[in-house]
Amino acid sequence: MSVVRETLLPPAPPPRRTGGALGWLRQNLFSGPGNTLTTLAILAALALLLPPVVRFLVTDAVWSGASGEACRPEVAGRPVGACWAFIGAKINYLVYGSYPAAERWRPNLFFALVAASAAWMLWLDAPRRGLGALFVFLAGPVLSYGLLSGSSVLGLVPVATSLWGGMLVTLVVSLVGIVAALPLGILLALGRRSDLPILRYACIGFIEFWRGVPLITVLFMANVMLPLFLPGDITVDRLVRPLVGIALFASAYMAEVVRGGLQAIPEGQGRAALALGLTRAQAMRLIVLPQALKVVVPGIVNTLIGLFKDTTLVSIVGIADFIRVLEAARADPRWSAPTIPATAYAFAALFYLAFCFSMARYAGFVERRLAAGERGRS
Amino acid sequence: MNPPAIEFLGVNKWFGATHVLREVSLRVAPSERIVICGPSGSGKSTLIRCVNGLEPYQGGTIRIAGRDLTPARIPAVRRDVGMVFQHFNLFAHLTVLENCTLAPIHARGTGRRAAEARAREELARLAIADLAPRYPGQLSGGQQQRVAIARALCLDPGVMLFDEPTSALDPEMVGEVLDTMTALARRGMTMLCVTHEMGFARRVADRVVFMDEGQIVEIAPPGAFFDHPEHPRTRDFLSRLL
Ligand SMILES: Nc1ncnc2c1ncn2[C@@H]1O[C@H](COP(=O)(O)OP(=O)(O)OP(=O)(O)O)[C@@H](O)[C@H]1O
Ligand SMILES: [Mg+2]
Repeated sequence: MSVVRETLLPPAPPPRRTGGALGWLRQNLFSGPGNTLTTLAILAALALLLPPVVRFLVTDAVWSGASGEACRPEVAGRPVGACWAFIGAKINYLVYGSYPAAERWRPNLFFALVAASAAWMLWLDAPRRGLGALFVFLAGPVLSYGLLSGSSVLGLVPVATSLWGGMLVTLVVSLVGIVAALPLGILLALGRRSDLPILRYACIGFIEFWRGVPLITVLFMANVMLPLFLPGDITVDRLVRPLVGIALFASAYMAEVVRGGLQAIPEGQGRAALALGLTRAQAMRLIVLPQALKVVVPGIVNTLIGLFKDTTLVSIVGIADFIRVLEAARADPRWSAPTIPATAYAFAALFYLAFCFSMARYAGFVERRLAAGERGRS
Repeated sequence: MNPPAIEFLGVNKWFGATHVLREVSLRVAPSERIVICGPSGSGKSTLIRCVNGLEPYQGGTIRIAGRDLTPARIPAVRRDVGMVFQHFNLFAHLTVLENCTLAPIHARGTGRRAAEARAREELARLAIADLAPRYPGQLSGGQQQRVAIARALCLDPGVMLFDEPTSALDPEMVGEVLDTMTALARRGMTMLCVTHEMGFARRVADRVVFMDEGQIVEIAPPGAFFDHPEHPRTRDFLSRLL
């Protein structure tokens, strides 16, 4: 029997979801015994964990006071959670370390510069991003160095790096790591795919060496060995040594991330570029690399987050980074109270969390945007 | 008398130990349209990739417009020889217009304005002017392939190479691409075209080349080729194509 339709059906609206909020709960949280159990377990865990955290951070916290006395339960007459008064009193030290108070406008200007360049780079539709990149990767570091360390040429009082500290140092170390690791990693990844065997093996050797050595070892080596490699009369700044170590270490990881991106781009892209008369360098720069980097945005951000957290390790080679000044601050006898250590570490956790979470969110945003832009790409 | 647009003289090529092109000799006159067909793996893609230096070869000579294809000549040859691929290979991160202006700007040194004007003209000629601001991912396969053709034409090539331009397309899109290629043939373009579209070969080709196992087995005008194939392998191949 054959079928021939006589009237074509008009499109109908989709069926309405039923049940409102309760229906949503049923559908999403309690659909089936397994899911219900999971939901309940997670809710129980939250009920167990959340109240003490909130009590410590907010409800029982002490917000003001001139010394550790204010944060002692016997003085306050109630249970005491976080002692935010301590952070408030020490905040300048935590941000600038021992940077001279009169010169703190320089780190402030530096923070502003960083914020502005970050905005320029991260806002994808910003005008002249190429120029911005040039600034961030070339002019920025030089300018920042001049600003922070000062020199008579600029009319700025020199400030020895041994006085830098706190968030300032953490930021400097991370930024140098990021700004060096990204271009260096790209070059290493390209070198690893080069046709020139000696270049290829040199890059592989470099990458595998840095990936194979723990960062702590790298930092110790940079501290004691870098001076050995250099002619006797050149001394390397104590802050620069771990910076070099971190930058090389991070670039090896970055190189592997970028290499993954390069491999994800179909060979036909490069071949089409060559067939159009572009040189191999142009094909790489204009066609393959931009696409490869887009693919690995999550991996790049992941590496950067790791790098940011790893910078805390510089404290073990005597750099007064955020963690180290926090340690020094909490040893202050004026501020001895039972919850001071916990407060200090909670503050550190919040600080790192805020930065890392923003990076992760930004990466998520970029990913979604790229996914939307290349919808239906075959 | 003009020199041949393309000349293969005893070309040999190996991939490792595999002998993929064996003593290939072929002479393509200016404005001549050659269709190359043959079973999968017979070396068709490899042969046409040798023309613009995308594949190196180990023996014999290739001459483009009468001049030997030396490494130093490759950039100039690539600017004069357009190529269209089976999988389009449009640059996914660039708009259609940017795809078309990239090579003129960066390989030729044309100004952006002039390159854009030229690109719009070429897109309009292929009746896809309205696609200019889109990204390749937003186009149908047939549209992508026509953009790829426009992109190649923006360099004003004297020769066009096609590597199975329609075999990745849904049947209803094959026609629009073949029509574009037919129009190109009417403009007097020298064309070297790997395809199994026999209707196109009959309509457009001056000669059909049949390859098997890296060798040219038979060359004949399309009428003779399809109706009275000489070589048993050609006959065998055609019988399986129908
Ligand atoms: N990069 C490569 N490395 C090694 N062998 C290759 C490579 N590219 C192609 N070959 C081999 O060379 C031979 C010819 O390949 P080619 O792609 O030119 O064939 P083709 O005629 O275009 O086939 P198809 O119709 O499938 O596209 C095949 O045997 C193939 O396996
Ligand atoms: Mg092929």
